[in-house]
This record gives sequence, C-alpha cells and structure tokens, in this order.
Amino acid sequence: MIAVAEQVLNGVQFGITLFLMAAGLTLIFGVMNLVNLAHGSLYMVGAYVAAATFNATHSFLAAIGAALLGTAALGIAVEIVVFRALYQRDHLDQVLATFGLILFFNEIVRMIWGATALYAQVPQFLAGQVELLPGAPYPTYRLAIIGVGLVVGLLIYLLVMRTRLGMLIRAGASDRTMVGALGINITLLYTLVFGLGAALAALSGALAGPVFTVESGMGDDLLILAFVVIVIGGIGSIRGAFIAALLVGVVETIGRAFLRPLFGLIMSGPAADNAGPATASMLIYILMATVLFFRPQGLFPRARR
Amino acid sequence: MNKSILAALAATCLLAAPAMAADTVKIGLVTTLSGPNGVIGQHMKDAADLAMEMLGNKVGGLPAQIVYRDDQFRPDVGRQVSEEMLKRDKVNFMTGFIWSNVLLAAYQPIIKSGIIFIGSNAGPHEMAGSMCEPNYFSASWQNDQTPEAMGKYMNDQKMDDVYLIAPDYAAGKDMVNGFKRYFKGKIAAEVFTKPGQSDYQVEISQIRSANPKALFIFLPGGMGIQFVKQYAQSGLRGKVPLYSAFTADETTLPAMGDAADGNYEVSFWSPDLDNPRNKEFVAAFRKKYNYIPSYYAAQTFDAIYMIDDAVKAVKGSLADKKDMIARIEKADFPSVRGKFSFNTNHFPIENFYLLKISKDGDGQYIRKIQSVVFADHKDAYYEECHMKASK
Repeated sequence: MIAVAEQVLNGVQFGITLFLMAAGLTLIFGVMNLVNLAHGSLYMVGAYVAAATFNATHSFLAAIGAALLGTAALGIAVEIVVFRALYQRDHLDQVLATFGLILFFNEIVRMIWGATALYAQVPQFLAGQVELLPGAPYPTYRLAIIGVGLVVGLLIYLLVMRTRLGMLIRAGASDRTMVGALGINITLLYTLVFGLGAALAALSGALAGPVFTVESGMGDDLLILAFVVIVIGGIGSIRGAFIAALLVGVVETIGRAFLRPLFGLIMSGPAADNAGPATASMLIYILMATVLFFRPQGLFPRARR
Repeated sequence: MNKSILAALAATCLLAAPAMAADTVKIGLVTTLSGPNGVIGQHMKDAADLAMEMLGNKVGGLPAQIVYRDDQFRPDVGRQVSEEMLKRDKVNFMTGFIWSNVLLAAYQPIIKSGIIFIGSNAGPHEMAGSMCEPNYFSASWQNDQTPEAMGKYMNDQKMDDVYLIAPDYAAGKDMVNGFKRYFKGKIAAEVFTKPGQSDYQVEISQIRSANPKALFIFLPGGMGIQFVKQYAQSGLRGKVPLYSAFTADETTLPAMGDAADGNYEVSFWSPDLDNPRNKEFVAAFRKKYNYIPSYYAAQTFDAIYMIDDAVKAVKGSLADKKDMIARIEKADFPSVRGKFSFNTNHFPIENFYLLKISKDGDGQYIRKIQSVVFADHKDAYYEECHMKASK
C-alpha cells in the first residue's frame, strides 16, 4: 500500500512539473491563438540561466530570479521580433517558424555554454529527505516543487479571473478587435502575456535543472507532454491545465510502475517485459483519445459565444 | 589568342578536377551531433579532427578529409545519412556510430557497398557473431564485454541480490546479458526503461521497496546524469551502492558533480592508462580542446589511425581492399590502449579495468584505474562468426 501511495506522490510531483510548463503554453495558445513550439526552449533557457547563476553566486533565490527576469526579457524580445509577424498567419506557419526557433535556441546555448551538460545543484536547505510516508523518505526538493507549483497555479488563477489585467486578457482572447476599439493597447497586452508565459516556462526549467540534465534540447520531450496536457484540459484554461497535468502525471507514473507486474500475472515473463513498458508509454495518449472522444473541446473548454 | 589560352586553361582545370578528387581520401563519420547526446558526438569529432591534424591532414600519405553527419540519435536518419555519404560523397571509409540501434539500421547498406567500415563505439552482438563481415571492424568493443567485467568484479566481491537497470534497446539487452554471463549471484530484478527517459523517481521508489544489496546500471549520456543525481537526492545512495558501465564518464561527470563521487565503473580505457601513446593523445587533446577526452574520443582516434595504417600498407592504392583488410587485421597501428589485437571476428581483444571516480588535483572528477579485471578479454560471440572470404 505504501508503494502505491509513494508512486501516486511521484505522479503528483511529475504532474506539477508538467503544469508549470503547460500553464504558460495554454495561456499563449488560448489567449493569443499562437502555437508556440519554442516554449520548450524558454524552459531550457530558464534552466541554463538558473544553473549558471547558481554556480556563480551560490544563491538559489538569485538563480530563480535571474532565470525569471532573463527569460521573460528574452520572451518579450522574441515576441516583438518574431511572433508579431505570426499572429495573423495560420497555425502551420507558426509551427514552422517556432520549430526553427527550437533549432536556433538549441544551438545558441551550445555556443554559449558548450556541448557538455551543465552542473545544477539542489540548494543545501532543500537537499535532504522528508519521511512523509513511513519507510519511504521523499526528496525535500521534490516536495518543494509541488509546493511552488500549487502556489503558482493559485496565483495565475487569481490573476486571470480576479484582476483587471486578467479581465483584459480574457476579453482580448474573445474579441481582439473589439478590445482594441475600446482603447486598450492589445499589442502591449499580448507582449505582457507572452512575457508571463516565458517566465512560467523559466520557473519550470529552473526548478527542473537540479533534478534533470541541463543540456541543449532538454525541453523538447516535455513540450510534447505539455501539449497533451493542454489538449486534455481544454485550450486556454488554467484550471483545465492543472487538472489534466495531475491526471497525466499520475496515469503515466502508475502505468510505468504497475503495468509490468500486472501483465506478469496473466502472461509469461518476457512477454510482460515487452508489453508492460509498451502499454505504459501509450497510456497517456489513450487517455487523451478517450477524453477527446467524449469531450472534443477538452475537460474545461472556454465558453464560446 | 587570349581566348584560346583561357579555354585551354579551363579545359585543363576541368580535366584535372576529377583526378584530384580521386586522390583525396574521404572518411565518413556518423555520430550524434545535435540534441542532448550531442556532447558524445563532440568528443568523437574533436578526436577525429585531432588525429587528422597530427597526421598532417593525410592518411597513408594521401590528402584526406572527414565528412561528418548527424544521426540525430535516430536509426532511420542514421541509415539515410550513411546512404548519402556512400552515394553522393563517395566516401572511401566509414566510421563512427554511438548507438547500437542506429548502427544496426545503417550496417547493411555500408557493408554491401564494399568499403571498409570501422565502427568506433557501438558493438551489438549480431555483428560480432552471425552477422560478422570481412569489411567491418570494431575500434571499440562488443557491447557485452564491458558489463562482463563489472559482473566478474561484483561476483569476485561475493555480492548478491543485485538490481539491474538498462534502457530498452539493442545495447541495453546486450549489457544485461553480458553482466549475467559472469555474475552468478542472485539477480533481484531486471528493469528496462524507456530510451531517453528523464525522470527515474518511479524506478527509484521500486528499488527502495525491493531493497537489493547493490545496483548495476547502464544508462549512457543524459539518462545517466539524471539517474545518478536523482538517486543521490533520494537518499538511497548510502544504503544501496551503485555500480555502472558507460554511465559516469568524461562526458557526464561534469554535470553529475558530487553525486558520482566514489562510484565504480569499468572500461577498456581511461585517460590515466599508463602508456606513452595514451599520454601523448590525452595531453594533445587537453591542450587543443581544454577538456578531458572520453573513451568515445579514444576509440575514434584509434579508428582514424587504423585507416592511416591501412592506406599506408597499400601505398595509397585504395582499390586493394583485400590487402587493406589484411593489414588492419594485424592491428599494427599505434593504439592509445598500448597493446591491441583483433580477434577472428574483427572485434578487439583487450584489457578491461575497474575504475573509481574521484577528484584530481584541479578538483575535477575523473575516472582512475584501480585494477585489471580481464586481461586480453575476447567477446562471447566470435565462435559464431564464420567470415566469408573478403571481396
């Protein structure tokens, strides 16, 4: 039983990591109707800036701060230079251009920091383990990621649903022309949203650095899962992204942990060795297909009129 | 008058051009140059460039050039770029290949072209056994050999109840088989993870509940960095000791930091291997690139010198493939391993060492040789190889 509880906790933690990534993606996709494949690159830049700052200053807060500000500034610059030309184009053009950005950023970080992965360390005060479940000490740092994810999720929800800026963001998503006609600077608004999305990706990357490898192309795989999350959650919905991220995280983790032993009960060892992992990696896509079959707009679609 | 001189000059140039091209030896090198595993490709490319520089951009006296292609860590791309090199670049030799699955995909077209192919990393068991070919050589090892050394070491230490983790692809299976060939104690479990996986928390939780006495992993590149760091963070490292092959090396140690301190690895080579040729290589490499070379670099460096030796033996007449193959079989080139010879299946017979990760004088983590686990070790498949006469 402890083993199951521990794997659920692993799943929640993985889900929270996904949520931090997906939140920015769903904001940009939902509000600005822009497919941004380069979101994973912003995650990578965040991780690199944080690791480099930490290695130079040995301050975790400075590392997170530098990653957030640096990547938000980079995101805003990219929005002004590249994306403004893309809003009126169709999704295929956006995919092509942002895929080009992925290659560009992967090469840039390699030129600046070299091909070898960068060393990223867990800060001393989060280095230990906490015995949350009896007999299964859990890394403190991963618990901290869960905590940060929950706080950030709440803050974004409040920002979008309860503030004037959030109201403008939602209005801009529904009818860009009308908001512009009412005297709101919609171009500036989009730039701010993009900067916010970039900062979220950077936060996710900065937190992931000490757990994963800080290397060129590190965001590319996570990006695919983040897209699965926003499609399941309903594009543009923060609440949907949160629920879907947890769902994907837990389903993926439980599948990886328990499908192989489960298959072992009904088939021979080698067959289960093959079928278990294969089915586990299909599981989240099966989940996505099932959700889309019953709710083509995702779990929490934005109200359309 | 002027016009006719120009025309004559132009005609001479046109005629001369193909002749010059034919005299340039082209070596095709396929490796991973992009993405998370690009660092391995970087080591191989830098080593090949260094070998060319030391040879004065010539092999066997002929001007030579290396053509690099990126396989993107994908078998289909590896095969496609190999075919491009054979048909468009008309390379005279092929080398490289980090990944067993990429090598297996590209193997047939290269072998069928008849050119000499010297793999400089992956060594899937098929190619050492039933699929061996006269024009294929390995400048590295057969996959099973290195984990065999770790299996033997852990067996000699009377360890028991060992938990195994490897990625689910061709080399992962070879590594586990190799380990089990010499380790006779109890195996707690064999777990195959997704190639390129980044989060190992699920597997680490499973290890904790299985509570084995030791852990052996084969997780090359970024996979290893992530596992080793996450394992240290889980607090299990002090309880279940971690042993590995192709995991904590010069390409990954800088990113692992303290998480790999004191771990054991096995290899046929290490930067501190004591022979004059290796000292020359490591010193030249560190001077030129300012980082410590890995075995990926060492193997590729040797592969280029094998080609040099072969071309020298036939005095530059590249059509004499049979003579070049006979020459490479003798393994008379200066190897960074010191002693080096080929088995009947064209895979190396070489020593395997136990290595320990510790800090050097500059505070960098390096691998240091502790002892010889196998001397002149042959792979387990050479008897299955019935080499057809070379074409």
